[in-house]
Amino acid sequence: MPIRIERAPAPVWMRLAIPLAAVVVTFVLTAVLVVWAKASPLEAYYYFLIAPLSTRVSAIEVLVKSTPLLLTGAAVTFAFSAGYWNIGVEGQLYAGAIAAAGLGMVLGGLPPILALPLMLLGGFLAGMLWALVPALLRVKLAIDEVVTTLLLNSVMLFLVSFILNGPWRDPISGWPQSPQIEPSTVLPKLLPRSRLHLGFIVAMAVIALLWYLLSRTTLGLRMRATGMGREAARFAGVDVDRTVLVAALASGGIAGLAGVGEVAGIHFHLIDAISPGFGYTGIIVATLGALHPLGVAMAALFIGLIGTGAQTVSRALGVPAFLGDVVQATLLLVTLGMFLLLNYRIRVVRAGRGSSAGRAPGIGVRDDAR
Amino acid sequence: MEVFLIGLVAAALRVATPLILGTLGELFSERAGILNLGIEGTMFFGAFVGFVVAEASGSLWLGVLAAIVAGIASGLLMSLLAVRLGANQHVSGLGITLLLTGLSLFAFRLIYGERQVLPAIQPFGKISPFGELPILGPIFEQYLMTYLAVLLVPVAWWVLYRTNFGLQVRAVGENPEAADAAGVNVFLVRYLSLAIAGGLMGAAGSFLSLAQLGAFSFGIIAGRGWVCIALIVFGNWDPVKVLWGALLFGGVFALQLRLQTTGLDLPYEFFLALPYLTTIAGLALAGRNAAYPAALLKPYRRE
Repeated sequence: MPIRIERAPAPVWMRLAIPLAAVVVTFVLTAVLVVWAKASPLEAYYYFLIAPLSTRVSAIEVLVKSTPLLLTGAAVTFAFSAGYWNIGVEGQLYAGAIAAAGLGMVLGGLPPILALPLMLLGGFLAGMLWALVPALLRVKLAIDEVVTTLLLNSVMLFLVSFILNGPWRDPISGWPQSPQIEPSTVLPKLLPRSRLHLGFIVAMAVIALLWYLLSRTTLGLRMRATGMGREAARFAGVDVDRTVLVAALASGGIAGLAGVGEVAGIHFHLIDAISPGFGYTGIIVATLGALHPLGVAMAALFIGLIGTGAQTVSRALGVPAFLGDVVQATLLLVTLGMFLLLNYRIRVVRAGRGSSAGRAPGIGVRDDAR
Repeated sequence: MEVFLIGLVAAALRVATPLILGTLGELFSERAGILNLGIEGTMFFGAFVGFVVAEASGSLWLGVLAAIVAGIASGLLMSLLAVRLGANQHVSGLGITLLLTGLSLFAFRLIYGERQVLPAIQPFGKISPFGELPILGPIFEQYLMTYLAVLLVPVAWWVLYRTNFGLQVRAVGENPEAADAAGVNVFLVRYLSLAIAGGLMGAAGSFLSLAQLGAFSFGIIAGRGWVCIALIVFGNWDPVKVLWGALLFGGVFALQLRLQTTGLDLPYEFFLALPYLTTIAGLALAGRNAAYPAALLKPYRRE
């Protein structure tokens, strides 16, 4: 092969340039689909990236869309940092949503100052509980958490369907949705005439706490050591099982908070489509953010922008809104590839075999000691 | 009772068909050291492409072929990321699933618009080569693809354990450095394994849209790809054991359909979740002895 990949650490400016370059590459790649839908790519990208920020209403809507993503992104980051591949954030989010819908029906008598913390706590615990079985199976029996968390996502959808068609079916409308939560359990609005609710502040606080935990505490150090390689961490005296358990449960809890936000801040009852895949999008957010809290926050806002933009494009140009999903997924894959190239330089050589050495840092490569 | 059991076995085979195809695909991928979480999306894409091509051309088999080609393309995309670039396999695979799901839905809307009634085709019919057999006859009333899927199990076993290529696949999944030192082209073997894997996953998807349903719907795969991932662990990376796992899952699934109609006072969602819960329980019992390919999830780079 005449192409040679050499190890060559990238200058700092490239680390910042990569996400921007990934966005450009993504939009070039997906332009094909826009043209197929008989629309102009430039016009589409205007509606995707600029239009949502040009009015107050839609700019706030970007923050609304980002709120669950900040939380699911944080949940994924927490688990992935410790090398625990929690793919079950989607199910854990629904567990939190069930708890919020349930507590919202019974906590009506309490003043909001008591009811709201109880809702958040209940959602956190519910998410944790749904994350408990795979975490224990992993720690006690060394059973792959990817498989179990994925399967539990499917189980959760059936559970929600059962709850909504059975015990909690709205007696008034007969629709498969739970009764409205009591007014005192609704998360207060941050801005009048918008859907932006207290959950956004909670999400930002969680991101800040995540940053503090990961970079300023011994728990964070242990988590990152475990994530880099379990054997090495064990050798260095880290209680790997305990660290993994903490990371898995905290991740589930944070995912549960996202569910509380959607029920108590947006929909006010449980519906089966409370999450259009926020848990999976959280994996995109965490990866784009390179598992760094600040990066995760920026990625969540950007994906929120794309989510809002996809609907704007669809309304304005008649392009199917699924374009948003394609753009997000392409962005994920392009970024993944580019992060790996970050520390390598591709050079064309006359003869000889391609070679490369060393490891790319960050999210790309990670030892998964089995 | 006899009729009940015979019907159950026949249904189990039908339910198991896409699982067998998908799991054999994932098996090639994992045996070569790559966990392919793109399976759910690849099956979805296969179901979609198969349907569109069959609907446009009027040929079901052309649809199946197109689904296989689409699956191979998806496998090659996975190998670009996970083999060539050595990217994180969990994230690459899930990214591919998200991409192919979004792409299929986008294209479906563009091609068929927002219709109230979904487009449909005349699907594959069942064949009954041994229909004359007493009692057991109805078991053999199956789609041709079901026979092919079951037949592929010994073929996969033979390829993995009795051919030079299979030896190379297992070698790069266990110890790529040693395989490389022995002159095996690790990258090539992994590309080929992922291509085979993708092709089988695409075929699995097309079974659902072209045989079972005769249509394409948004919930057509409904987590079957994830079930395949579980069946691999369950079957301990062995194609024959995997077949039993797929039939067991198919049996539990077919049983829940029948139990629902008996008027048992349990919610039907419980029965729907039953195969998944059984699988998790099975993993908890069998998973301890899981024999993971040693190089699974570890990207290989030449030093």
